[in-house]
Amino acid sequence: MTRKQKKALYRILIAGALLLIAALLPVEGLWRLPLFLIPYVIVGWDVLRKAALNIAHGQVFDENFLMCVATIGALVLGEYAEAVGVMLFYQVGELFQSIAVGRSRRSIAQLMDIRPDSANVLRDGELTEVSPEEVAVGELIAVRPGEKIPLDGVVTEGSSSLDTAALTGESVPRHVETGDEVISGCVNKTGLLTVRVTKPYGESTVAKILDLVENAASRKAKAENFITRFARYYTPAVVIGAALLAVIPPLFLGNWAEWVHRALIFLVISCPCALVISIPLSFFGGIGGASARGILVKGGNYLELLSKTSVAVFDKTGTLTEGVFALTALEPAEGVTEVELLEAAALAEGHSNHPIAQSLRQAYDGVIDLTRVADVTEIPGRGVSAKADGRTILAGNEKLMAGSGIALPESERTDAGTVVHVAAEGQYLGRAVIADRVKATAAEAVSALRQRGIRTVMLTGDSQAVGEAVANQLGLDETHTRLLPADKVEHVERLLRERDPGGVLAYVGDGVNDAPVLSRADLGIAMGAMGSDAAIEAADVVLMDDDPAKLITAMDISRKCMRIVRENIVFALGVKGLFLLLGALGAANLWEAVFADVGVAVIAILNASRMLRTK
Amino acid sequence: MKKTFDLIDLDCANCARKMEDAIKKLDGVSDANVSFMTQKMTVEADDSRFDAIMKEVVKCVRRVEPDCEIVLK
Repeated sequence: MTRKQKKALYRILIAGALLLIAALLPVEGLWRLPLFLIPYVIVGWDVLRKAALNIAHGQVFDENFLMCVATIGALVLGEYAEAVGVMLFYQVGELFQSIAVGRSRRSIAQLMDIRPDSANVLRDGELTEVSPEEVAVGELIAVRPGEKIPLDGVVTEGSSSLDTAALTGESVPRHVETGDEVISGCVNKTGLLTVRVTKPYGESTVAKILDLVENAASRKAKAENFITRFARYYTPAVVIGAALLAVIPPLFLGNWAEWVHRALIFLVISCPCALVISIPLSFFGGIGGASARGILVKGGNYLELLSKTSVAVFDKTGTLTEGVFALTALEPAEGVTEVELLEAAALAEGHSNHPIAQSLRQAYDGVIDLTRVADVTEIPGRGVSAKADGRTILAGNEKLMAGSGIALPESERTDAGTVVHVAAEGQYLGRAVIADRVKATAAEAVSALRQRGIRTVMLTGDSQAVGEAVANQLGLDETHTRLLPADKVEHVERLLRERDPGGVLAYVGDGVNDAPVLSRADLGIAMGAMGSDAAIEAADVVLMDDDPAKLITAMDISRKCMRIVRENIVFALGVKGLFLLLGALGAANLWEAVFADVGVAVIAILNASRMLRTK
Repeated sequence: MKKTFDLIDLDCANCARKMEDAIKKLDGVSDANVSFMTQKMTVEADDSRFDAIMKEVVKCVRRVEPDCEIVLK
């Protein structure tokens, strides 16, 4: 508790005790008034003061003022205990609210605890601790194990593993060494690193993310705007209702005291606080919780859209697939082992820098002794011929084999990707297939989307064979291949026309070449954005790491958030509506009304704070 | 120009909303946002008259919540 909250607590306790004493003392008549006024003033003086100040400023519909009118009204009617009790309850509620909000604020701050406190910069041969803002581009900083990397840069010395969990939600550490780029906000785990700073603090990843999350509050969701509009009319409407209730029925029925008492109930529940606090808190918590798991949502409106997604359109390369070539299949000919096939291929391609050669060498489990290889000839458009251990090895496409008179056996498999045939001394050894691998979690993500009734579409510039192979593997609803960027926009526009009017089309891309599509879709989602400024700028939702399953996490968070928002709206409006009705009919008293006001606010805040524990 | 300010002792969410409404209506202010959760205020207004507009903004804040203070950087 802060000092302010403690003070409020003491005042409540003292006033409560005095109220009890006043109620028990056998004092009769008007003498009771001063007795009750003491706790009333102790617990309510700040409300009275604010009310006086605000009425001087012409703020008629101020909560403090209305609270004062209600309680003073009760005092005038002779309901002393009730007047003090209402003020007391009101303050208890305010205290609870303040504690609950303070706690949420702190846990959100913890979730986003990626701000580096200081940087150790190397100046004149000495390490100086300065604030990250003071470090210039090109300076060298030292990052010790356990410290956060304060600025984006390139490692010039040392190697270590980095914990990127605060940025990506990914717990597997990332290995870095000299020459690797590092991103601010990661935690250095094991070794001392020297880093050359490449961006000033204001432009570094950590500053951008913090800025984005903090500004997310200004992009309001429809539900938030509804609450704002509602709040604008609710208080005046309830106050006018109270005035009418106090005057009109007694003109016909008499009994002024009773009707004024009922009108006071209206005043007590005239603050829309429960809604005004809990709805933005839910969105804020949702955005904070998402960012802790490496999902940046740029505003409450986007969180709302995410929950309504009905069509998910994916780019292929880099989004559903790794975007990196790797060996996907080995088919040795009869009498040849996989190891023999791979060794021959790796030796033949030993000197090449071609991506396909690199992926073959990577797949070969062992060191390639290049001294075994001689007479390497690259045959453009066909492949490579080389002598290894005295044997002539050919590795390349069908044309290369046909040119050397080597017959290819019929293969039933039609692999998507590049096929490398390998032969030695005129004998066919088999084939290796190199392709862009589908991401491990892509199939799971697609099937989870389809289970949720979301139409899944893939748009790719790649060939039909490759595109369809990936689509079959993932079980997508729809695939379009051989598309130019302009065709992608056209397809998205067609899908936008076809989707349900209430639905949302989300486009998921890697943010590199798809800025026009990202902005055309209802919701643009960029993936693998660690350190990519372009993607962070272009998209509405940014998945920091490469994992397509994060899309499901993001949707779950958004759905939970929207559910809490709806619960709070229905609950708060329902309870207030009920008490307005009960109050008008004379079935509720001020005690109950004050619960309807602050009690509902506290419950709604507690409900909203569930958003912070999204796991 | 868009500037962000910290707010101290912004105690009530409805007040934040009222401030935002009032600041948005000020002449020369193109957009404003008062966040109860982050205790921050963002004001977007004419460059040339920014300081004069900020004086009006301070008045708006005082009127809605007398105890609330803006940290003018």
